[in-house]
Amino acid sequence: MKSTLFNMVAVLLGITFIASASVGLVNMVTAEPIRMAEENAKKAALEQVLPEFESTTNQTLELDNMPIVVYNATKGGESVGCAVETMTKSGFGGEVKLMVGFLPDGTINNISVLKQAETPGLGTNMANEESKNPLLKSVKNQKPESKKLVDGKLAVTKDGGDVDALTAATISSRAYLDAVNRAWAAFKSVQQGGEQPEVEEAQTEEPVAQEGEKNE
Amino acid sequence: MKLIFDGIIKNNPTFVLVLGMCPTLGTTSSAINGMGMGVATMSVLIMSNLAISLIKNIIPDKVRIPAFIVVIASFVTVIQMLMQAFAPALYGALGVFIPLIVVNCIILGRAEAFASKNTPFDSMLDGLGIGLGFTLSLTVIGSIREILGSGAIFGIDLGIGNYMPLIFVLAPGAFFVLGYLMVLFNKFVKK
Repeated sequence: MKSTLFNMVAVLLGITFIASASVGLVNMVTAEPIRMAEENAKKAALEQVLPEFESTTNQTLELDNMPIVVYNATKGGESVGCAVETMTKSGFGGEVKLMVGFLPDGTINNISVLKQAETPGLGTNMANEESKNPLLKSVKNQKPESKKLVDGKLAVTKDGGDVDALTAATISSRAYLDAVNRAWAAFKSVQQGGEQPEVEEAQTEEPVAQEGEKNE
Repeated sequence: MKLIFDGIIKNNPTFVLVLGMCPTLGTTSSAINGMGMGVATMSVLIMSNLAISLIKNIIPDKVRIPAFIVVIASFVTVIQMLMQAFAPALYGALGVFIPLIVVNCIILGRAEAFASKNTPFDSMLDGLGIGLGFTLSLTVIGSIREILGSGAIFGIDLGIGNYMPLIFVLAPGAFFVLGYLMVLFNKFVKK
């Protein structure tokens, strides 16, 4: 078809109009299922890292300029544990997001990887089940303060701690522990602060470090 | 029928036309990822081929490429939203490669070379053929890389993972597998 200014403008306008209308329509249809899918994924992660619970309340803290969400899980009015949605920016492939479940006494119940972009076959093993994941095996069902801490934080054996790193994925392992450490800090600040999270205290890692040393 | 088989064998987008290498190399670290990418591309390809051959007579020559891209981009966005809603796990695995289907040269190439010259029905068949060819190639590459690299197939552990050379899951492995498959394909199948 021969091009004239008029038909070029008219056709492009028509096509973009139809295209945006149809994309908008599909967005309207899928917005609800997408929200549901995201909520289900989060709920599944909560169920995986916490003992049986009935309801959760959540609060958001800000640690090292990263949003950390703490979910307080209760059953029959009693607290059964606390799940912390934590993250780090020091993964080998950018952000790593974890859900770390703590029992009321501070024991790490389980950890689930929400999002990672690590090297397939190396760093991605951080999302494996416990039997194939030395990282999770090293910290699961233990209190962080009972581990060998370096500067009050969990560390891989290479850095002087006693958490076994993933084979050939030290950077990913460090990132994983960085996120777990941040979750621990958030958990402690919520525990100490009671109803009001002491955001001030949580922002600096100092109080956490001291706490760790005291317990050693 | 001939159109479909042409897309799989004679015009195989990966091994013969060598188009769309970015998603081919990027998403084939496992069989299921390769297949997901292939199916997503195929659905966009079928719909865009159909739509473009339907509107080919009203598009002025000078703006045909922008018009094609708008059509393709809308279908990709639709697929992306549907995947996010109904297959969130696959969406998470493919991530950035889904929006990149927009600039996949297979789709624009077929729109330009085939759909803009043929009837809607033939264009759909061509999209199906090329799409199947792409899906099969990606699944084969993904399976081989998964078996050689992590000792599993479609996520089923074969129990030999610890003895496998990890390099096949990483980027260099993609080039090895693609290169050798291309050689074999051209030697035995294309004739």
